[in-house]
Amino acid sequence: MKTDINPITGNVNMARRSFLRYAGAGVATAAVVGVTACHKDRIVVDPGGSSDIGSGDIGILNYAYALEQLEAAFYTQVVSSPYSGMSSVELTYMTDIRDHEIVHREFFKAALGAKAIMSLTPDFSKIDFGSRQQVLATAKAFEDLGVQAYDGAGYLIKDANYLLIAGKIVSVEARHAALISNLISFGSFVPDDQIDSNGLNKSATIAQVLPTANAFLKTKVTAQAFNYNG
Amino acid sequence: MNIFDIVQEIEKVDPEVYDRLNPRRAAIKNITSFGSKVAVAALPFALGTMFKRAYGQSSSSVVDVLNYALTLEHLEAAFYTQGLATSNLVPAANSTYLGLIKRDEVAHVKFLQTVISSLNATPVSAATYDFTGGNNKGNGPFKDVFSNYATFLAVAQVFEDTGVRAYKGQAGNLLGNQTVLTAALSIHAVEARHASAIRQLRFNLNQSSTTKPYIVSTASLGNDTGVAAANGNYAGEENVTQGGVNLVTALNVSAAVATASFDEPLTKDQVLALVAGSFIVS
Repeated sequence: MKTDINPITGNVNMARRSFLRYAGAGVATAAVVGVTACHKDRIVVDPGGSSDIGSGDIGILNYAYALEQLEAAFYTQVVSSPYSGMSSVELTYMTDIRDHEIVHREFFKAALGAKAIMSLTPDFSKIDFGSRQQVLATAKAFEDLGVQAYDGAGYLIKDANYLLIAGKIVSVEARHAALISNLISFGSFVPDDQIDSNGLNKSATIAQVLPTANAFLKTKVTAQAFNYNG
Repeated sequence: MNIFDIVQEIEKVDPEVYDRLNPRRAAIKNITSFGSKVAVAALPFALGTMFKRAYGQSSSSVVDVLNYALTLEHLEAAFYTQGLATSNLVPAANSTYLGLIKRDEVAHVKFLQTVISSLNATPVSAATYDFTGGNNKGNGPFKDVFSNYATFLAVAQVFEDTGVRAYKGQAGNLLGNQTVLTAALSIHAVEARHASAIRQLRFNLNQSSTTKPYIVSTASLGNDTGVAAANGNYAGEENVTQGGVNLVTALNVSAAVATASFDEPLTKDQVLALVAGSFIVS
């Protein structure tokens, strides 16, 4: 990708400058915990087939890149081998979502440039792509996971521009999630397994999300700086 | 706790704290003479001001964001409450569907009221609304909002899409705030689910054959609703450049795909200009 459009030039000092921004002194302890992992941006590629997202904002962007790779690969296969009985409207939706996820993936790849993790190899061997029920259940799992992942990692982002980018993407993922849920059962766009009694979507930590993602990846993704070693 | 202890603790995690507090490195050490001239009782206040200046986020700015969110949630909750209470508007087959959205908006109101109160601030009250957009004259652009189901759902879609944009526009003001940012993002996601659901409903009811669950803009027009009165609510959704990457040229995709892949923010001023003095009676 073109390096002249790479928006990620943030050196370590810039990241640090924006590191501490919060309302109360009580949050300072969280920063103390996080800062030990913040000394530099590391990209660790394990020759054995795993990949670490790295630390700081680059780590979070790589985390998003990993999830978008998974989603894009999934919908690419869904569209290339439609499940039995897929309606034309459903095919349109699946194609749209595939296109959005590919844009997200390619955007992160371009934005991260040399700091991007490797291309991940998916493992969809457990999914019967001919089964509408299985495909939509997996799609729901991926979309819900994506929303929870972005919402749960937002506070870790130190650069407001990156946070805004994440915000621009997560609402599209939430739109997908509601669409897929409605395809499974019309009227289930805010399902009880995702929305709490306050009307808030659930969120998840990196250590909670990656094991689920890794179950569908041959290349395992780790996040040592965020307490997930695989 | 001694102020020097606080600054030294912060220095452990933010070596540039001195620069941040005062552009001239180490000039903060003048605090000794400063402190000796200020009554001890005034120190907490001076400290708060100093950190606010340094980090750009204070509890009052967080409350401002929350009360702004509450203003919009009041609007949405009142809209669905009134719509569902209006006879012969919502078909029985859709009352549960829209009832879920009302349930969430009412829950958001209660949640935000609780959070704001817990910060020892006062939650804003509900306002007077004119859902025709006519500022209490009842003759705005959506005159038949409570008598024509298609208009009701079109307004619902505009409110939901605008709500998503409003929350997104505030994320930067909550940067790094684990509790409040995470909660705001969690409401933001639910508003996006609602927007998607309303859009699907309108498509399924043949009210709009071109409406997708996501905002599909053209290169020049953000608004994909076909309702010209809502152009301002979608202004900027036509953006195809993200983080300096022009998606259309760099990735060779259509403007439709590029714009649908990313939702755009609105500032507080933009949103209030769209709803105050029209839907929110002033």
